[in-house]
Amino acid sequence: MSNAGATLQRERVATSAVQSLFPLKVRRLVYSVGKQRLIDGIDLTIEQDRRTIIMGPNGAGKSLLLRLLHGLLTPTAGEVCWGETPRIDQARQRQALVFQRPVLLRRSVRANLRFALKLRQYTRAEREERLRHILELASLSSLADRPARVLSQGEQQRVALARALVLEPEVLLLDEPTVSLDPVSVAAIEDLLLAAHRRGTKIILVTHDMGQARRLGDEVVLLERGRVVEHSPALQFFQQSNDPAAGSLCKGRKFVC
Amino acid sequence: MQDFGQAFALALQLIVSADPALSEIIFLSLSVSLSAVAIASVIGLGIGATVGIVRFPGRGALIVFLNALMGLPPVVVGLLVYMALSHAGPLGWLHLLYTPTAMIIAQTVLVTPIIASLSRQVIEDFHSEYREQFVSLGVPLKTAVAALVWDARYSLLTVALAGLGRAVAEVGAVIIVGGNIKHVTRVMTTAIALETSKGDLALALALGLILILIALSVNATVSLLRLSASSRAYV
Ligand SMILES: Nc1ncnc2c1ncn2[C@@H]1O[C@H](COP(=O)(O)OP(=O)(O)OP(=O)(O)O)[C@@H](O)[C@H]1O
Ligand SMILES: [Mg+2]
Repeated sequence: MSNAGATLQRERVATSAVQSLFPLKVRRLVYSVGKQRLIDGIDLTIEQDRRTIIMGPNGAGKSLLLRLLHGLLTPTAGEVCWGETPRIDQARQRQALVFQRPVLLRRSVRANLRFALKLRQYTRAEREERLRHILELASLSSLADRPARVLSQGEQQRVALARALVLEPEVLLLDEPTVSLDPVSVAAIEDLLLAAHRRGTKIILVTHDMGQARRLGDEVVLLERGRVVEHSPALQFFQQSNDPAAGSLCKGRKFVC
Repeated sequence: MQDFGQAFALALQLIVSADPALSEIIFLSLSVSLSAVAIASVIGLGIGATVGIVRFPGRGALIVFLNALMGLPPVVVGLLVYMALSHAGPLGWLHLLYTPTAMIIAQTVLVTPIIASLSRQVIEDFHSEYREQFVSLGVPLKTAVAALVWDARYSLLTVALAGLGRAVAEVGAVIIVGGNIKHVTRVMTTAIALETSKGDLALALALGLILILIALSVNATVSLLRLSASSRAYV
């Protein structure tokens, strides 16, 4: 790319960074496959400062919703609007999604993270510094040169999370990121997420773990069969949930969270 | 006709003594087929990666067509390349008929669809696994293709070796466009055909043994590669 081109690109990135991604507005969102409405008319408004937790039973559509928010799926009807950004792919560039089943490249842990870093215009020195830093933060230093795919599931999840964090996205979409982690790692990951949030990163997290939702959540969105059945501040959600489904969710009777 | 046992002993002797006539044939054979596979890999991988990743109208039909071309009979390929290279043909002015280059062309035509078809499948599988993650990360197309090819390298090498196996063992195409001229276009398979019909079983058998050895080592290489790759979960 020519010098002028590079400058232009940097300016474009700079101007798009000015456009706020919030509030995130989801209007009458529908996603169907065949006749099945898997996401069945969701309306949501999500603000920047809060950490949002999405809960709900298996098959409720939590992962689908994250994909729709991230623009990986095209809605059948309705829309997802990230603040003032006109196109969802522009918004996506400023986000990172950690998938429920992370896809790691067939390379070492270090090479996986380097692959992500190379997508940004960092200098070589900057890149290596960030790499070293994130390996340490995610306690992956000792695993850095292992092939990523032989790692245990929990370790792979940590790599996927590190890959998302290392790009310093403005929004982190996390699909059950601590599901197979031991308690120490869970605590470490939660600290990482809280630290990212303090630096201004918006957190949208899907979890079945009540404790985690309490520890991390400012607000909770409860999904069931593709619909939002409750959207309330975390305190209210956990104390005086008026929706019977949410109530039983809290007591863990109706389904296992 | 010679006694089989005697022929076998003579064949071993030819191999062990690295008989110059034998070596010449083996060398030519390998250089023709390796060149053909190298060229076919570049073209075939290009086609395979494009068809595997990019969606365009007529893609399904093209895949069926490529798969059908995998079964091209070598003699038909030989005939077509012969017609193209003969004096009256469109490429007659190149004067390539009955040269090693003609054989490379024929084998390239034969092997390219195989590599294209098989690598299309490999790349498509990898792509469907990586697609969402790449879109999420915002990986540009060029980087994505390079990453897919690199991550699929072991499978793709297997594909190339499959092509090599087909090229080395093929006789129909090279005998038509090469003509089996001694010291010029005589390769293992054409030599075996000729020597057998002449009744010189020793040379034919020696070449046959070498051919089997090559096939075996190609397959062993493939297995070893896959084994080492899968121990690192790279397959
Ligand atoms: N491509 C698809 N075709 C058909 N059905 C699909 C497709 N993708 C998802 N579904 C269905 O949509 C529903 C919601 O799926 P989703 O993965 O969002 O659930 P989830 O809430 O994330 O569940 P879990 O807690 O198990 O992760 C499920 O019933 C699933 O079978
Ligand atoms: Mg899910």
